Amino acid sequence: MMFVPGNNPGMMADAHIYGPDSIMLDLEDSVTMAEKDAARLLVHNALKSIDFGNTEMVVRINPLNTPYGKKDVEAVVKAGVQVIRMPKTETAEEVRELEAEILKVEEEIGVVGRTRIMAAIESALGIVNAYAIATASPRMMGIALGAEDYSANLKTNRTPGGAELLLAREQIVVAARAAGICCFDTVYSNLDDMETFRKEVELIKTLGFDGKSIINPRQIEVVNSVFTPTEKEITKARAVVAAIKEAQAKGSGVIAVNGKMVDRPVVLRAERTIALAVAAGVISEEEAL
Amino acid sequence: MRNSKVVSLEEAIKRSGLQDGMTISFHHHFRGGDKVVNMVVDKLAQMGFKDLKLAASSLSDVHAPLVEHIKNGVITGISTSGLRGALADAISHGLMKEPVVFRSHGGRGSAIANGELKIDVAFLGACSADELGNATGYGSKSICGSLGYALPDARYAKHVVVLTDDLVAYPNMPQSISAADVESVVVVESVGDSSKIAAGAIRDSKNPRDILLAKQAAKVIINSGYFQDGFSIQTGTGGASLAAVKYIREEMINRGIKASFALGGITAHMVKLHEEGLIGKLIDVQSFDKVAAESISHDPAHREVSAVEYASGQHLGSATHALDIVILSALEVDTQFNVNVLVGSDGIIRGAIGGHQDTAADSALSIIVCPLLRGRIPCVVPKVTTLITPGKSVDVVVTEYGIAVNPGRPEIAEKLKAAGLKIVDIRDLAAKASSIIGTPDPLPFGDQVVGVVMNRDGSVLDKIYNIQ
Repeated sequence: MMFVPGNNPGMMADAHIYGPDSIMLDLEDSVTMAEKDAARLLVHNALKSIDFGNTEMVVRINPLNTPYGKKDVEAVVKAGVQVIRMPKTETAEEVRELEAEILKVEEEIGVVGRTRIMAAIESALGIVNAYAIATASPRMMGIALGAEDYSANLKTNRTPGGAELLLAREQIVVAARAAGICCFDTVYSNLDDMETFRKEVELIKTLGFDGKSIINPRQIEVVNSVFTPTEKEITKARAVVAAIKEAQAKGSGVIAVNGKMVDRPVVLRAERTIALAVAAGVISEEEAL
Repeated sequence: MRNSKVVSLEEAIKRSGLQDGMTISFHHHFRGGDKVVNMVVDKLAQMGFKDLKLAASSLSDVHAPLVEHIKNGVITGISTSGLRGALADAISHGLMKEPVVFRSHGGRGSAIANGELKIDVAFLGACSADELGNATGYGSKSICGSLGYALPDARYAKHVVVLTDDLVAYPNMPQSISAADVESVVVVESVGDSSKIAAGAIRDSKNPRDILLAKQAAKVIINSGYFQDGFSIQTGTGGASLAAVKYIREEMINRGIKASFALGGITAHMVKLHEEGLIGKLIDVQSFDKVAAESISHDPAHREVSAVEYASGQHLGSATHALDIVILSALEVDTQFNVNVLVGSDGIIRGAIGGHQDTAADSALSIIVCPLLRGRIPCVVPKVTTLITPGKSVDVVVTEYGIAVNPGRPEIAEKLKAAGLKIVDIRDLAAKASSIIGTPDPLPFGDQVVGVVMNRDGSVLDKIYNIQ
């Protein structure tokens, strides 16, 4: 998910050519108070007029308790945004409040249920309430970590190894999995240190995240290369899936691949590997069948 | 020393027999640092000359003072590869009665060699020279490396004056310009600003669009069928061109492929590949930076060539005829694959033909790297503002919205498709640009011809009209 300032038309028009999975147009932290109105209008028109192809479109709105939040919701829901990202989410109640705002606009234009919600968790209280937030609304599609505010709230600093974020990251993954939604890691802002960035992406993949937030197209390649399954992983996954299909056809409950017993978690992992390979474009959908 | 040719500039001009109406010439190896053109033309004006024709290999921002000399009737005709800055702006608005003649580097070399462009007196700046006129692109005050664009002038002009700020002991060897071709040597305070003559190596672009374009261009090259051991290549100095070299280098190492030569304006990037053993020889008509300029002074496999040897369409021995792959840029490309590198979308001249026509026509594979949009300006358009390189010599256009292959080269399209590259119809690219930006209003051109674009064979390709 690539962050793009909502007050920069050139960047908004171009963002999709670099091939991010989703684009988050930002109305919050990258836009100064004086430009909130202009950015909202720009983002509204960008969503309506730019052909972003298959890229999932997300807009980060201002918190609802600011003078901008509700106007942001109205502007982006009317423009047909797929996902609204709510910043600094701390309680399930806040999610339901956003849901009500969205519904109001959707009812007005007759598209009830179109807009989904992603909640960014950026405080200790938010982390404690992660599962409640993740399950606060059927519109919830994911939760994400906002590490800058979170580490400030913890009264600590960000470090290259990310020790200060460990609990938050694990909590977010666990809450998302328990709720059956997606989870996204925070941004890494030093564009000159691709090595540390790569290590961080490897770490969050191991932790179980579905993806990483990025701030520059140059980071896309690293994220994709870490998340794209290797040829070996794909071959293994296919063998597992083929074996399970064969076993099902025979009515057999237990299967083995290369002499090793394959149980349900292995099958699920194999299916996820293939889904990722398809998403990354390494194999086609037909090849996955 | 005996037979010294060193004289003052005024004396050299007097000796040359220059008269009103004659043609004087200059090279552009000192780039934005050049002081020679302005110094000589100031002197000619002071001496009362009028109606001179100025034949430069190229002109740039630094030559803005020529505007006054044109207004005063000292200069009444110009031929060049390019124009930029205030001079270009004034000419685009109709400053000169006689249109500027634009030629490619190879086209200029041919025109000088075959007598179509007759030079009466060539004023050639050199970084060092001896008293007899052996001149080079290396000196104690500045270095520019190759003097390739000055060599046809030195050889064919009726009278040659070398200007230098570093007079060295005879013999100044190995020389670029031979004393045998030189009539006078003028020692001046400075031929140019050394920091602008040869800047440090251009840094790698961090612009994500450049990187995207570069990766796509590299993929085109790698999968084109021409990426084989012994291939040859020329690239420009744009961010995307230089970045493409980086990706090509990686793939050369991966596959164990080496290039036989790199051609053209040589950059530090090419020197690096050569020094790593990935490129056999460097054929250098213009050294683009300090690294390249230093390399040519000591590396026997890095050689200077004249504009004729580089890119003449009429001399079959010219290096472009042996060139496999060239990466070029563009201001505009149209749906017939025609390219404009000279006139901006505002109708004002702001570029140079350079070796564009020559390398596109002669290479086996010509790739234009060009963003679909530059801000609010569409770069793939239904029809170019000015025709510089005809579409029949352009094979592939790489944009951030997809790669278009000239329908005349279906075999390349097949190979690229097989490699999984996104091939699009160039008309769809133009439509895409127009859908994002809209259709610009037509430019308010007048009916005065301010420029004539020559093809490299000496025929007229297009005319540039005054912008109002």
